[in-house]
Amino acid sequence: MNRPPVAQAGPRHTSTPATFPVTLTINGEKRTMDVAPWTTLLDLLRDRFDLTGTKKGCDHGQCGACTVLLDGRRVTACLTLAVMKDGSDVVTIEGLASGDALHPLQQAFIDHDAFQCGYCTPGQICSAAGLIAEGKAKTADEIRELMSGNICRCGAYPNIVAAIRQAMGAMGGKP
Amino acid sequence: MNNFEYSRATDVADAVRQIAADPAAKFIAGGTNLIDLMKYDVERPARLIDITRLPLKSVEETRDGGVRIGALVPNSDLAYHPLIEQRYPLLSSAILAGASAQLRNMASTGGNLLQRTRCFYFYDVATPCNKREPGSGCAAINGINRINAILGTSEACIATHPSDMCVALAALEAKVHVMGPSGERSIAFEDFHRLPGDTPHLDNNLGPNEVVTAIELPAEGYAANYSYLKIRDRLSYAFALVSVAAALKLDGGRIKEARLALGGVAHKPWRNRDAEAALRGEAPGRAAFEKAAAALLAGAKGYSHNSFKIGLARRAIIRTLTQAANATPQIQSVKKIR
Ligand SMILES: Cc1cc2nc3c(=O)[nH]c(=O)nc-3n(C[C@H](O)[C@H](O)[C@H](O)COP(=O)(O)OP(=O)(O)OC[C@H]3O[C@@H](n4cnc5c(N)ncnc54)[C@H](O)[C@@H]3O)c2cc1C
Ligand code: SF4
Ligand code: FES
Ligand code: FES
Repeated sequence: MNRPPVAQAGPRHTSTPATFPVTLTINGEKRTMDVAPWTTLLDLLRDRFDLTGTKKGCDHGQCGACTVLLDGRRVTACLTLAVMKDGSDVVTIEGLASGDALHPLQQAFIDHDAFQCGYCTPGQICSAAGLIAEGKAKTADEIRELMSGNICRCGAYPNIVAAIRQAMGAMGGKP
Repeated sequence: MNNFEYSRATDVADAVRQIAADPAAKFIAGGTNLIDLMKYDVERPARLIDITRLPLKSVEETRDGGVRIGALVPNSDLAYHPLIEQRYPLLSSAILAGASAQLRNMASTGGNLLQRTRCFYFYDVATPCNKREPGSGCAAINGINRINAILGTSEACIATHPSDMCVALAALEAKVHVMGPSGERSIAFEDFHRLPGDTPHLDNNLGPNEVVTAIELPAEGYAANYSYLKIRDRLSYAFALVSVAAALKLDGGRIKEARLALGGVAHKPWRNRDAEAALRGEAPGRAAFEKAAAALLAGAKGYSHNSFKIGLARRAIIRTLTQAANATPQIQSVKKIR
């Protein structure tokens, strides 16, 4: 990889290249927006689509607050460029409930008091939805390990694990 | 993050053509390393060439009984692929020891190979770093170097390669297939990553206009006796201080073949044929494992904050070999070291 020095030696790129039309199905609704290529999926959701349920914690892939389901798989939206995901399906925390009926994970987080400040919660719940869809976690140890990408600054971890176990049972392993 | 141009590559030849046409361009796959570094201004490519639509997403058996893994196979899909779980569980285990479920869903096989060091000073553009800015000096040598290397270092750089997956690939003797303007070639895994020497800005031997297309595993996967043990500052979701990949073939109470590689200690996954030779023909047990650990760590040198890694690595090697010999591999979701 002989590229980095070349790229770094160059001037900071300040021209404004073209924007790209990006079409995403967000929580079941098809939406198109012109985006600059450096727009992350997280910023697109929050700043352009006003879907502020998805949180920005670290902006570097380290906390999981920005977790969404992209084509059914959990990813961190802060390290995802929107332009690269043209045509994809996105589910955010706003898209999990059906009308007034909470998603089983949302209900379980309430039942188990699985949050304090709530800042990590949308990411925790979307991540847990991904975890259940993956079907790799059976034991509490496995839930803890496979949820380790979601940091909770308030330390609600034991209750989060309990909530996920309840929802897993209620959902019979289905997302 | 700097502004940049964006284009999509339609096939491998197009990717090579596009990268050759623009010396300030970079490929982007999962983006989990590159976007992170761009947000810190460490990487400032003028163009990103999106390779995620290339047809490099399959895991297939080869004619000689090995497996070929496309460069765009996500880390999670690879770790959970039945062929890998059954025949190369060492690789599965190493991948699952790294990053988080979200990041493994995004990260590609090729990108994992090419991820850059986590050295604090490489990330901090306000400090000197020969890897980021050749000739500026190395802030880590006399700085906070707890996470840095103890083997194969140079005066110019003491960075480590942070990948877990690559430690298993080194032990398994994988091959890296690449495509460039003058055609295809394959690189033995031990020749892929480099030691820093006086050119620490080069992490590996991939040419400037080459794209990684696949990783190939040989038929032998050491599925019966293996273990991947990762030691880090917290129990999950942290880079290795030291990690060990061990793989053995046992025959009539003796070690017939051995593979041993270390992560978190050098600019590349660390192997040493003497350590493996020291195990061959021996009865598996503490005496042989101690000899192998000594051979593998020959020449290890600590800096102000990381000398602890030498003893830690020695004990981790012995423990991992014991786990492999007993067919009780470390399970990544169980945090008690068995
Ligand atoms: C918070 C966090 C924690 C992490 N923890 C761990 C850990 O514990 N263990 C671990 O091993 N890793 C860890 N990682 C690193 C992660 O594994 C890598 O970021 C990932 O594997 C990179 O793959 P990618 O596809 O996202 O690469 P990208 O970011 O897309 O690319 C990385 C580099 O590779 C180049 N590139 C990509 N694909 C190709 C190709 N096919 N041919 C040529 N060049 C290519 C790009 O130009 C770029 O320079 C962590 C990352 C984060 C953000
Ligand atoms: S160890 Fe290498 S990467 Fe870290 S500061 Fe020194 S030159 Fe830079
Ligand atoms: S905001 Fe994306 S992981 Fe922290
Ligand atoms: S509830 Fe406050 S960070 Fe998790």
